[in-house]
Parts: sequence; C-alpha cells; structure tokens
Amino acid sequence: MTAVGSRSTASLRHRLAERGVDVSLLFLLPALLLIVGLFVYPFSYGIGLTFQPSALVQERWGGGVLANYVAFFSDPFVFDSVGITMRLALPAALFNVLASVPVALVLRRKFRGKRLVTSILVLPITLGTVLTAQGLLIFAGRQGWLNRFLLEAGIVDEPLRLVNNYTGVMFSLIITGFPFAFLLISSYLSGIDPSLDAAARTLGAGWWQRFRRVTLPLLAPGLATTFILTFVLAFSVFPSARLVGDAMGETRVMSLMAFRAFGEQNDYQMASTIALMMGVIELGVVALVLLWRSLLYKGSTGGKG
Amino acid sequence: MAATAPGEKPLAASPSTWLVWAGMAAFLVFLLGLLVSVVVDSFGRQWFATWLPLEATTDWYASSWERFSLGHVIGVTVGVALAVVVISVLVGVPAAYLLARRNFPGKRFVNLLFLLPILMPPITYGIPLATVMYAFGLGRSVVAVVLVNLVPSIPFVIMTMTPFIEQINPSIEHAARMCGASMRQVFLRVLGPLLVPGILAASILVLVRTVGMFELTFLVSGPQSDTLVVAIYRAMTSAGGGEARQLVSAMAVMYTTTMLVMLIVALRFVNPTQLVAQVKEARDD
Repeated sequence: MTAVGSRSTASLRHRLAERGVDVSLLFLLPALLLIVGLFVYPFSYGIGLTFQPSALVQERWGGGVLANYVAFFSDPFVFDSVGITMRLALPAALFNVLASVPVALVLRRKFRGKRLVTSILVLPITLGTVLTAQGLLIFAGRQGWLNRFLLEAGIVDEPLRLVNNYTGVMFSLIITGFPFAFLLISSYLSGIDPSLDAAARTLGAGWWQRFRRVTLPLLAPGLATTFILTFVLAFSVFPSARLVGDAMGETRVMSLMAFRAFGEQNDYQMASTIALMMGVIELGVVALVLLWRSLLYKGSTGGKG
Repeated sequence: MAATAPGEKPLAASPSTWLVWAGMAAFLVFLLGLLVSVVVDSFGRQWFATWLPLEATTDWYASSWERFSLGHVIGVTVGVALAVVVISVLVGVPAAYLLARRNFPGKRFVNLLFLLPILMPPITYGIPLATVMYAFGLGRSVVAVVLVNLVPSIPFVIMTMTPFIEQINPSIEHAARMCGASMRQVFLRVLGPLLVPGILAASILVLVRTVGMFELTFLVSGPQSDTLVVAIYRAMTSAGGGEARQLVSAMAVMYTTTMLVMLIVALRFVNPTQLVAQVKEARDD
C-alpha cells in the first residue's frame, strides 16, 4: 500500500494512521509539553537575554547588543575559566573511562563476592559532590588521616597540600565520576556476546589479541558514549570547585563564573551568556567525540552498544 | 581472590590483573577513609592533632537538627523527590512506549529534544530556567524546585525505558489485541506488569538523582525550599567561614545514610550493570 503518490480512497484519518500519525501520539504530548515549557522556552529566552546586555557591561566593554559576548571573550577573569574548566574536565573524564575498562574486565569474571565489590564501587554515586567534598576536606586535609599516615610512614616530611587546590577537585571528580563510568562500561561490556571471545580463544588468540581485536572494537562506541557522559558530569563541576578547590584561582571554572554573575551580581544577561557558552563549548567536545564514534563499528554487539 | 576458573590459570595470575586489583583496593581505601573520617568527625568533640577525637559525643546531631531545622529540610527533600519521580514516570513511560514502538514523522527530532537536557550541563539551561522562574514569581518555592528537577528526569526516564520496552516482544501485545483486549486493557493487564521492573529501576534512579541534584535545585531554592544537599552546601559556605565542621559532618552522615538505604533497596530490585542492555551472563565453561 503506497499512500503517497497514488490517490487513495481511504479517509484522511486512515491515511495519516498509515504514516504513523494517530491518536496514540497523544502519549507523547505531556512529555513534549513539559520539555518545551521547561527546556526549550527558557533556553530560547536565555539566548534572547544574552543579546540584551546590561548598561554596565555595555559601557565597560562596548559592542552594542553583542557586549556580553565581547565581555566574555575579552575579560581575562571570565575567559580564562574556559581553559581552567577544560584542564579539569578532560583529564578527569579520560581517566575515569580508561580506568573503568580494566576494572570492568576483571569484575566481569565470576568470583565470590562479586556483587559486594560492584556495590562498593558504585557506592560513591550516592555520596554526591557536596559529601565527597566534606570527606576530602577532613580525610585529605593537613590534619587528616591520609597526611598523618604519610608522615608517620616517613613517605613525606611535610603534610601534602591535597585540598583547596586543583588536586582536591580532581580527586572529587574521580571519586564521583569513576563509579558512573564503571557502571556504564560494564553494562556495555556485558552487552558483548561472550561467545565471540570464546570463539577467538578457540582460534588460538591470546589475551591481548582477544582484547585488541575483539573486545575493544565492539566496546569503542560504548567508550565514546561513556566519555561523553562523564565529561558532561565533570564539565559542570560547581560545588566541588567551590568547596575543595581554590574558587578564585586554580579552579575558577565556568559554572562558578556563571553562578557569580547570576547569584552575586544579579546580572542575568551575563550569567546566561556564560551558561550558553558553556553549552556551546561542551557540545563542541561532544560533537568531536561523536564524529570519531561515527567512524567506528556500528553493528550488533549482541546487545545494545 | 582473583578468579581461577579451570583452564584459565595463566590469565588469572597475570600481573596486570593484580595491578587492577591493587588499583581498586587503593580506591576503596581512599573511599572508606573519606567516609569513616566524616562519621568519626561527626561523633567527636574536638579533633585536631590526633588520630582520633579526644571525646565522643552525639551532641552535633541534636544541634544540627535544630540549627538547620532538618525536619523541615528532609520533609521538603522527600516531598520533592517523590513528586519528581511520580510525574516523570507518568509522563515519561507513555512517551518511551511510543518512541520504542512507533515510527512517525519527526521522530528523530523528538528524540533529539529529549536527549538535549541530558547532554547539556545543568547550569546551561538551569540559569535561563531560573531566570524565567523568578520572572514568573516562582523563585524560591517548592514548585520551582520540582519543576527544574523534572527537566533532566523526564528524558532520563524516557532514555532508560525505551530500550526496556523495545526488548518486550510486541507479539504479546498483538496477541492480546487479537483476543479482543482494548488499548487500555493491553496497557493495564499486559504491558503494565511486564514494565514494573523497568519502572522501579527508573524511579529509584530518578529518586537518587533528585535527592543528590545540587546545581539545579540550588539555582531556584530558598530557605523554605532547600533540599538536604543544598542545605549542607549553604552550611559549608555561609558567611564567616561556614558553620562548625562537625555540624556539617553530622548532616552529611544523615544524608549519606538516607542515600545508602535507598541504594541498597535499589540494588535488591535492579542489577546496576544491566541498565543499558539485558545481559547474557558470561558463561563459565
């Protein structure tokens, strides 16, 4: 039945139903309405706001309606935060993804207490950034157990400065991001049919060959997705950058700048500009990764890859 | 400790495996140290230059409960989380069903629309959204907190439920229709029971995410609508160098306990590693 082209005698309703448009599409309506109302509308409103710079910004940076953008790119205090955010988010996301692969591979085997180990690894998801921050401040602070242990074991002479700087935020990003990456990677890994590995073993492939030639190519799209999701998480660090970082120095990330404009200066236009630029930069990275991913194998992996 | 399945000895004993276990052990020690030091801190009276606090006390719990009116805060947290879960499941599951089963014009666009809020950093849409909320006079209200939390939750439910629905054999529905069941009956009697595990998994994840959601809640909440995480953050950063560390630790312990209970309940219902795909267990031959 080709409704398109040939003149059909069926009713309009029937013809529409043939192309997938019928009453059941109403199921989609509430979700669509909420997303349009709470995401699309505010977002477009925010984009509009970025073109209405406050008088203060306009006077200081010039550029007419584009003053907010001029300010963003020429105010080093704001613009440097882009590099700072990248220096934190990229290594953290990369580490989380790369470290989860061997862990997921090892935990894929059957052994006693597997469920327990998995649960403990996933536990930090429940801690949240604020909690991790408090824990890090106490545990890795000058007087904390970590430094005390290192001192008494004679490994260091002076307490290490691990919090209120770059290291602190990095720790917190790994603690909160790793379990998430691990969960995703292990579910992608379990989507790969084990018989493929068994077949490779039958054909005499060694451990490295099986990983390099069978598992890795099948896992690569999953790796890309996981990288994207952990990167998104790490990119918007905000509480940890403020609590265990050096909020005005080494870890002055973009989200802090956006919030400073929003909450402290009440400059909603500038805040929206920074927020929007965050989105643009982040989606740029995501698009690059997706582009790379599109070059990879896309067939069935025995599950949803 | 490492797996030694028969015929797999050389692999199990490989140094790389031990390296991975060592790495994991280091991570776990770090994690436990972190957790235990917060717990110890919350029970200690004074803790400076010693391994353990000098005196034990439970005063911090009582005083933080009172100081931050935690009864109210926890009430708000639970209320907001439940509201978000119920609304996002009610709205998200039918949408996921449609996306899993039907083809319609503009489906790719709709998919993209539901993907965007997950991909964007929360602050990016949070700030314009908060601006709109304040413009509508909803700022600092509980309603605003629920609404902002719906933005990532609905797509999340859709994203987790769509693959789940896809793996239910459509011929079951067709059979029910052939036997004369109406659409409603198909949903309530056939699909509903099959979807329960997926819905439970999605709800628990949304619950955990909402309780832990900081950025979005922080942007719109005020003293009367703070959730627990936001209250802790405010206590840590309040003017004058923050509250006494132990007060915050006590709050943190209460928060972690709540989350832990939820996670344990969640793990009874779902195997976390099976979220993305239904799994074939690795065969041990």
